[in-house]
Amino acid sequence: MDRTEFYLRFNKGELMISKEYFEKIGLGSILDKVLTGERLSIADGHTLYRCTDITALGALASIVRRKLHGNKTFYVLNRHINYTNICINGCKFCAYARERGEDGSFQLSKDDILDKLRSAPVAPREIHVVGGCHPDIPLSFFEESFIAVKKEFPQATLKCFTAVEIAHFAKIEDISTKETLERLRAVGVEILPGGGAEIFAPETRNKICPKKLDGENWLRVHDEAHSLGYTTNCTMLFGHVESIADRLDHLDQLRKQQDVSGGFNCFIPLPFLTENSALKIDNPLTGIDELKTIAISRLMLDNIPHIKAYWVMLTVKQAQTALHYGADDFDGTVVEEKIGHMAGASSEQALGRKELEEMIIGCGFVPVERDAAFNEIS
Amino acid sequence: MTSLTQSPAEVLEIGAKIAAGERINFDDANTLLEKADLFDLGSMAHQIRMAKHPDMNVTYVVDRNINYSNICTCGCKFCAFYVAPEQEGGFVISREELEQKLQETVDLGGTQILMQGGHNPDLPLTYYEDMLRFIKKNYPIHIHAFSPPEIVFFSELEGISVEAVLKRLIAAGLASIPGGGAEILVDEVRTKISPNKCSTEQWLGVMETAHNLGIRTTATMMFGHEEKPADRISHLFALREVQDRTGGFTAFIPWTFQPDNTNIPNARRMTSIEYLRMLAVSRIVLDNFDNLQVSWVTMGPKIAQLALFYGGNDFGSTMIEENVVKAAGVSFSLSEDEIGNLITRAGFTPRQRNMEYGLLEPRND
Repeated sequence: MDRTEFYLRFNKGELMISKEYFEKIGLGSILDKVLTGERLSIADGHTLYRCTDITALGALASIVRRKLHGNKTFYVLNRHINYTNICINGCKFCAYARERGEDGSFQLSKDDILDKLRSAPVAPREIHVVGGCHPDIPLSFFEESFIAVKKEFPQATLKCFTAVEIAHFAKIEDISTKETLERLRAVGVEILPGGGAEIFAPETRNKICPKKLDGENWLRVHDEAHSLGYTTNCTMLFGHVESIADRLDHLDQLRKQQDVSGGFNCFIPLPFLTENSALKIDNPLTGIDELKTIAISRLMLDNIPHIKAYWVMLTVKQAQTALHYGADDFDGTVVEEKIGHMAGASSEQALGRKELEEMIIGCGFVPVERDAAFNEIS
Repeated sequence: MTSLTQSPAEVLEIGAKIAAGERINFDDANTLLEKADLFDLGSMAHQIRMAKHPDMNVTYVVDRNINYSNICTCGCKFCAFYVAPEQEGGFVISREELEQKLQETVDLGGTQILMQGGHNPDLPLTYYEDMLRFIKKNYPIHIHAFSPPEIVFFSELEGISVEAVLKRLIAAGLASIPGGGAEILVDEVRTKISPNKCSTEQWLGVMETAHNLGIRTTATMMFGHEEKPADRISHLFALREVQDRTGGFTAFIPWTFQPDNTNIPNARRMTSIEYLRMLAVSRIVLDNFDNLQVSWVTMGPKIAQLALFYGGNDFGSTMIEENVVKAAGVSFSLSEDEIGNLITRAGFTPRQRNMEYGLLEPRND
């Protein structure tokens, strides 16, 4: 083929991302909404999921991401503490939970927790504490531990317990979730991580985690936390047995909750890892599927400021990519993470500050260190 | 025209130039690499790729890497595979091992072997001729072997010309030449990272000679070590120039340097974004190359799949065995089925190909 003939095959001679490009692939009206900040409907969400042009979806999500955060990419010096993997919930997808006494089960003491924090390579600004629903660790154990932690690490913010754990403590203490949240607030917990949301749609949720707190109550705990002054994160576990409609319903419920209580800081899309899960999946996610859901999350969640590229679950290289497909936060140093890694995550255990910053720059963004509440640290 | 992306006006002008059918120059390519928005680069590269391959096929080859020896006098700083002649741990493949690897390859539906090794001072050219004749006689397989630095090394060792070496190897069964050892085709960079390896001119000379003798070759680039971004662009233009004369390159394969276990351990590991940008710019500059291969071996399956939207149209090889990148600390492995699934899920049709990018009939197994 000679050169002229070759290039004549381009549609209209237009090669760049443009309004016409989106119109040509049926995303013109969605682009208009994105540019004017109008909320996308569930039907729009389905249109986006049907789009096979991942470049177009990324470019759309990138418009929103840049409008909110410009060239910044956030990271935090954090330390994960998984205090136990003994759990009564028995979720089908989980590769982390163990029964009490089972091989590989563990439970940290107050001193274990303090030792882990002391051994962190850099003083953490965010301490991320999540574990299993242990049948009898009392709330007072955490109250005592956190008082000791705050005494020794006053600069660190405590980000502790998913809504599922909060509801579990309330049950074993026979108090309300609100009272549980008040007691934890009193010992310095300021943020709830977003885990345990999985997929809200009841039928799907029953298939994968029948014993876990339901979606309605998950949202209620966050609503209560927001009213008590906590900020929180939220997640979605996708790529198992849920439908596209379930994902869009999940995102819609989160943004409706945010309209009411306003305390969500960050949404974390969590791809389901099949490696070590008992839940068998016909079509595990591929990289493009992950990016698609990250991009669509950015577009649907118009009232949640941050989207996290959680490298533990995505792999580091995919998390780098995700920064252009809607995400603006690279999470952080993490140091030691068990839940995703026991599920088969092939990512590193820890990243250093220099490494994080160089990666972010390499991806074309400006690294900004943040605290646990997403305030910039100058 | 208002841009919806981060590309500055000068990038849009280059885009218009490309759309008008003009060839871009060195400065244009540099501007694209430095300043173009990721999605504009992807969009341009993908449309060029779709115009060249409108059939939605993504190809791959079933082959095996066979490393005949790791004994090497080169001592390249980026290499974690080689062993110097006087050191322990050196090997030369035995005939039995070679037979076993070839039989396995054929049994797995493999159509070719990629055979490369070190610059082993104890192996004369007749060793390679015998090996090629042996393979050719006993196995129905395409022999893709000996990168240009090896060819240059053979010619120096034997005191004969590159052309004479190539003629003898071709007569013994060599069917095509892999594009390895190109690293970065800028001598200033080569002197730093691989001072004992053939020069840019020699590398290009081997390929041009091979093309003139009627065999096809690929071309590679290893980036993300001691080169500057502009050196990568120089590399692309050096290839484009030879290709204008010979048309003998079947494909271009850029991949990123893997710093672990090498003598450049402090190199910053290239991000996936830098890889995708480089791939897209390569697709735009190398307008006379038919095929661009994605590198799942260095980038992993997720980024390799996405790279199909940044100019890549070929998934490379199933790599029944790969030792060199593994030695540098990266170990991904993918089966033929997994490669097929990644391609399908990206919206393309997986097709097995041969070295010259001819499609094979789907196998029923």
